[in-house]
Amino acid sequence: MTVWLLFWPVLLPILTASLCLVFWTRPDLQRVVSLVGTAVLAAGILALFREVWTSGIVSVQAGDWPAPFGITFVADTLSVTMAALTALIGLGVAVYAMGDLGHARESHGFHPLFQGLLAGVGGAFMTGDIFNMYVWFEVMVIASFGLITLGGEREQIDGGVKYVLLNLIATALMLMAIGLLYGATGTLNLADLAQVVPDHPDRGLLTAIAALFLLAFAMKAAVFPLYFWLPASYHTPAAAISAVFAALLTKVGVYALIRVFSLVFTESQEFIYAVLLVAGIVTMLVGVLGAIAQDDVRRVLSFNLVSGIGFILIGVGLGTALGLAGALYYTVHHIIVMSALFMVAGVAQRLAGAPGLNDLGGLYLKHPWVAVLFFFVAMSLAGVPPLSGFWPKVILVKASLATDAYVVAAAALVTGLLTLYSMAKVWSLAFWKPQPEHVVAAAGPGIMETGEMSRGDTRMTLLPIAVLALITLLIGLFAQPLLTLSERAADELINHQPYVTSVLGGEGA
Amino acid sequence: MESILAIAVGILVACAVFLILARDLIRIMLGLAILSNAANLLIFTSGRVTRDAPPIVPENVKVPEGVIANPLPQALILTAIVIGFSLLAFALVLSYRAFATMRTVDVDAMRLAEPPYPGQNVPSGAAGRQVERDTARLPEAAE
Repeated sequence: MTVWLLFWPVLLPILTASLCLVFWTRPDLQRVVSLVGTAVLAAGILALFREVWTSGIVSVQAGDWPAPFGITFVADTLSVTMAALTALIGLGVAVYAMGDLGHARESHGFHPLFQGLLAGVGGAFMTGDIFNMYVWFEVMVIASFGLITLGGEREQIDGGVKYVLLNLIATALMLMAIGLLYGATGTLNLADLAQVVPDHPDRGLLTAIAALFLLAFAMKAAVFPLYFWLPASYHTPAAAISAVFAALLTKVGVYALIRVFSLVFTESQEFIYAVLLVAGIVTMLVGVLGAIAQDDVRRVLSFNLVSGIGFILIGVGLGTALGLAGALYYTVHHIIVMSALFMVAGVAQRLAGAPGLNDLGGLYLKHPWVAVLFFFVAMSLAGVPPLSGFWPKVILVKASLATDAYVVAAAALVTGLLTLYSMAKVWSLAFWKPQPEHVVAAAGPGIMETGEMSRGDTRMTLLPIAVLALITLLIGLFAQPLLTLSERAADELINHQPYVTSVLGGEGA
Repeated sequence: MESILAIAVGILVACAVFLILARDLIRIMLGLAILSNAANLLIFTSGRVTRDAPPIVPENVKVPEGVIANPLPQALILTAIVIGFSLLAFALVLSYRAFATMRTVDVDAMRLAEPPYPGQNVPSGAAGRQVERDTARLPEAAE
């Protein structure tokens, strides 16, 4: 049974996508299939999570080819946690999309593309083979291309061009890095690479390959100075789509970065960690400064997303178990909060009938629940206790002080303060101040009452946001279980011998 | 043989980078096509080149005799070619659509999703390729 559970994050979305294609002419049926499929996906991943939690790392060889010759799927604490979050966000977005997407977008294939995206993300998390990871990246990327241009508005085409170009370059670089690594070592299995790479005689060559991997994954993860595609495109598609992008796509890049640099390239760590630390500091500062300068609410959030990637990177770059645990905790928090923020921003923009901070306003009076939910998640992002953003920041600052990295701690605190400022700015401009007269006049009467959303739509979109907000409160109030989880995942990453043994069998021990 | 192929990969990547740095969307697409082909050739070269030794195991034997060509890179390249082909096809359609909506192939002039920053002089199209301007909606027309 475990064998099947390991393929669950891939097989089930593909099955659901195929079923959605069968019902191509019936978007209403696609909704049901998509929702049920995602729920079953979540149930299977929870079962896998339980398995990994009780009996440790599990792996399976596709087609029963012995490792390292076949394709391996591995579930350790990190990958199964990420897969569980994928299912959670998938479920939330599937519900949100019912109220958010118009009929046109749904009937042009949102559901199959969305499930394809989940399959790609799940495969990238579960695979234990670097070339297979490239393939899942591509599955994810092609589905995201379809999603970002779905609807075909002018802004979407413009944002889509930049998104597609930069992603294509990143995957070409990743493919080159994989080819060079294969040429140098003769293997593609991550566990086997973990054995071969440390004993490889040509250190210079491997450092160059590591740098190429770093470049490709950093581009995917939107790390300074390779993040420009993200704020250029993430605010253009429908809110449901940007919510799932913001939650998952950059995190896959971060996951690949963590996986490859904790398992394979462990020798040249000093150099890579120094790069990650500097890139992380600059990313989080530039991201939050960019957020303060923006007008469109979802562009503000896009820059905050970039800033959050910086936080994760400094945790990885510190190179200690505590730092890594903080980074993983922050990743979990960031996935939940970012998708909730993008969702609530989408609702706010639709209710007010305007995208920009200057044109928004008065939402607190007209739609107090939307305002309260936004305030809640925004404060969580800013790291206000007792919400979930507070603990990872405490851990990261503690970890950087423990390694005498005072600059890192200072940068993290300054970024936290600036994030609070940027969120407070959105709150006061979009929700607190009255909506400018000319916008109300231009929109005509009634726009302030319900906007273009029906009451049912509003309820449907607010439900997943409320659930995600509740989760951020709960993991803020009861931080210990998630901290234990992060510490265990970090420990598995640093002492990766059980991973290698699980994949290669006895000879790896 | 490998060194010749390696130099060829280098030349291809150089051409691709040159083309991708252009402002013209069509040139960028051509650059991407060359870049993905360079990556394929790189994988092929990484697998080492063996002449006149097909990877076929004779009957009644489990292991091939002597040195044979490495079949794995070709499987990898086949995967990469299929993926690269479909991605490029999508990108080309998107480029056409971008030209149809924005009436330009100059990526610097595509400032719909991101408004021009203060003081930016948005070019009016790639090297005079501009056809008619949709004056009502392009951002610089407002000035």
